[in-house]
Amino acid sequence: MADQPVILQMQSITKEFPGVKALSNVSLSVKAGEIHAICGENGAGKSTLMKVLSGVYPHGSYSGDIVYQGEIQEFKDIRASEHAGIVIIHQELALIPELSIMENIFLGNEPAKRGVIDWKEARRRSIDLMARVGLSEDPDTPVKDIGVGKQQLVEIAKALNKSVRLLILDEPTAALNESDSQHLLDLIRGLKGRGITSIIISHKLNEIEQIADSITIIRDGKSIETLDVKADGVDEDRIIKGMVGRALESRFPDHTPKIGEVLFEARNWTVQHPTVPDRLVCKHSDFFVRKGEIVGFAGLMGAGRTELARSIFGHSYGKFLEGQTFMHGREVKMHTVPQAIDAGLGYVTEDRKTLGLNLLDDIKSTTVAAALKKITKGLVVDMNREYQVAEEYRRSLRTKAPNVDEGVSKLSGGNQQKVVLAKWMFTDPELLILDEPTRGIDVGAKYEIYGIIQRLASQGKGVIVISSELPELLGLSDRIYTIFEGAITGVLDKDEATQENLMKLMTQARKNAAA
Amino acid sequence: MDALKKLFGGNTRQFGMIFALVALIVLFQILTGGLTLTPDNVINLFNGNSYILILAIGMVLVIIAGHIDLSVGSVAASVGIIVAITMRDWHLPSGVGILLGLIIGAVIGVWQGFWVAYVGIPAFIVTLAGMLLFRGLNQFIGQSNTVPVPKDFTYIGAGYLPEIGPDTGYNNLTLLLGLIGAAAVVYFQLRARREAKALGAEVPDQWVTVTRLVLIVAAILYATYLFATGRPGTSFPIPGIILGVLVLIYGFVSSKTIIGRHIYAVGGNRHAAELSGVQSKKVNFLVMMNMAVLAALAGMVFVGRSTASGPFDGTGWELDAIAAVFIGGAAVTGGVGTVIGSIVGGLVMAVLNNGLQLLGVGADLTQMIKGIVLLLAVAFDVYSKIQGRPSIVGLLMRGIGGNGGNGNRGVPAQPDETTKTTEVLARES
Repeated sequence: MADQPVILQMQSITKEFPGVKALSNVSLSVKAGEIHAICGENGAGKSTLMKVLSGVYPHGSYSGDIVYQGEIQEFKDIRASEHAGIVIIHQELALIPELSIMENIFLGNEPAKRGVIDWKEARRRSIDLMARVGLSEDPDTPVKDIGVGKQQLVEIAKALNKSVRLLILDEPTAALNESDSQHLLDLIRGLKGRGITSIIISHKLNEIEQIADSITIIRDGKSIETLDVKADGVDEDRIIKGMVGRALESRFPDHTPKIGEVLFEARNWTVQHPTVPDRLVCKHSDFFVRKGEIVGFAGLMGAGRTELARSIFGHSYGKFLEGQTFMHGREVKMHTVPQAIDAGLGYVTEDRKTLGLNLLDDIKSTTVAAALKKITKGLVVDMNREYQVAEEYRRSLRTKAPNVDEGVSKLSGGNQQKVVLAKWMFTDPELLILDEPTRGIDVGAKYEIYGIIQRLASQGKGVIVISSELPELLGLSDRIYTIFEGAITGVLDKDEATQENLMKLMTQARKNAAA
Repeated sequence: MDALKKLFGGNTRQFGMIFALVALIVLFQILTGGLTLTPDNVINLFNGNSYILILAIGMVLVIIAGHIDLSVGSVAASVGIIVAITMRDWHLPSGVGILLGLIIGAVIGVWQGFWVAYVGIPAFIVTLAGMLLFRGLNQFIGQSNTVPVPKDFTYIGAGYLPEIGPDTGYNNLTLLLGLIGAAAVVYFQLRARREAKALGAEVPDQWVTVTRLVLIVAAILYATYLFATGRPGTSFPIPGIILGVLVLIYGFVSSKTIIGRHIYAVGGNRHAAELSGVQSKKVNFLVMMNMAVLAALAGMVFVGRSTASGPFDGTGWELDAIAAVFIGGAAVTGGVGTVIGSIVGGLVMAVLNNGLQLLGVGADLTQMIKGIVLLLAVAFDVYSKIQGRPSIVGLLMRGIGGNGGNGNRGVPAQPDETTKTTEVLARES
């Protein structure tokens, strides 16, 4: 491998968003004809780096140089990078469901004479391209009628049509089942045989180990190391070490757990994807939470943590197939959100702005929004009680706002999160599910939120914390479940959990749970 | 200027709207040489617009919930013709006729609410279909004829408070109503202030409350005087009473009850509302159904006023009602709006219409001016949202030459500095 020429060199790339340094001095060197994997935790900067490379972030919006085929490139948009032979396939497919396979392959690139599309030529070429990726469908089949796996192949055919030299795949197998994934990986290997270089971003380390020639690890916006898979004898453990190898940054308030009997239990919880019928987002999951216990859920993006939480919370995600939920050992059925709230559940969403808050509202009406009945006499909402309640929570959670009449859209992320927490605390839940409770929140506010979570546990409530930040889960949880592709792959007690063994469970399905 | 700002500013935009309305009335009073604020004209203005204002009450709830209703004019016409014909052919008393009309409205509402809430068809489509369907139904049932209604039915559209008690030279009931209204305003404002103070909430300065009350009471008493001194036989109109009752009920429901809160929540962020336990389908259903019931009422008030139901009743009402709601500060995207704001918005349109007529401006120019006013009002709304919402009054003050409305300028929604990269990325892509 070492003797191959370098096709791409990204040199000290730095990219900043307002207030955040997403990439700092990242370097990447890709050899011609290899499959190069980029690994890193959620938010490490992998996708940003690829967006810089493909011109999504145009030249000038970042610093550093992209040297491609020996020349410094200044891509001003995706078209420019595609012209140079760099094609990116995003995690969310960029296909138009209503159009046919053929129309999608040539979208934006139609074979035409004086603006009139030459459909004969298009058909001839699409049959050829489809054969190259192993598709045997009629080119006129609408894309919505073929599975996700084949849609991914259409994307690759589309890339081939653009005479791709460097193909970037962002989580290509995230939405695929095992056999489709395998087919795709074989295809990428086949492309390599034809001289096409690939960069692949994936959370699935077993796939990376299997397919990649070299691996660059990115952590916290910095490139950490580049490994040569064969020469260095890289395995999953080695990759994980590179990905998480950092000191614990967050600090946690002191907390002595007082754990009681089992409060909540889910058995055989199985849920289907809302639109893709053959995909299970929760696979026969069993778990329980005890009183006063903080239970962490670890898993990579797309593993199905949020889906699990939301389906438990009144079936608000996906299509329920089977499973039971118990509170205090008695079975409860929660088919709607109001039923879940009545049963004593609360759910704080990961997506504060789209799912958690009505940004037009003020603090006081948000605080009481999930428990209006508690402050209603007859039909009338007691606005004085509303004010009092909101004011109490503003004080006890130390929400920074001039008064409770302030609009929630004017608050910072941390303070918005406190208002959302107040909303659920006011419903007085027995089990509170917190999905990424500290996402987008600065360190100081994080510490306060940890304090609130621990206080809730001390009051005897059960708390589920879903988080992508392993140090946070390790610092906060009494017990941690790991999820991989919708299945619970393990559970570790506080004292046996480490970033390494969690990451291992999060990236490889335990044999008996994979089914 | 600062004092004025405190007086009208506050945290509600309605004061700004009312300010604009008052300015408009004063303008036309001057331009028409005093013809605007005569008893006859004011009574006329009320009677001629009450049905639009009734529609605006239902429409604002529909728009707050994030929908629209294009069918209200046709629904009103359908109900009008059915009520007129059944009363004629079956000799129903007027009371029964009105009840029947409301029931038909509810049935139509169930139909439209079902499609919007439970089938999930956009309200624009459902009510566009309803607009055709119920216009056709009106002409089918009435065979495109005009059907007169009995004399006592016209009371709800053209009636006045009766003369009772000693001859004071004024209409006694109107006077009584005015006094009760003024007293109620004073009582509730002071009570709200006292309670807010007891809770430690911010309250306006004492003089602000007092001056505000004095102005409102003066306005109510002046209106009372106008209504009480009209031509013999006229006084405060019955449609005005219907409207007043509806404003009180719906103002209360929308701001102080659970269902009211839920309407705002669904319109503001349906997903967040659902995850807080709001049953958004039920809310959407009720809002659409309520609109049809109010459309039925508006249709009957109009039939009462024009003494007959015709094939072209209610044409274009939906647009007047929608315009009133948007001028009154509702947002096209839902979640924002008030009942009282919509009434004021409707009155702005009505006064504009009336004033231009008095000035002898033709229907062509009047329409053009109304169009521009609607556009500018909503443009202002959009602009102020981008700017972080200065109050309307703040801006008016600046226009007059005050030292700017900065005091009322809200803090723009700030991007939070600590957003995680992944979030930013998600937003960017």
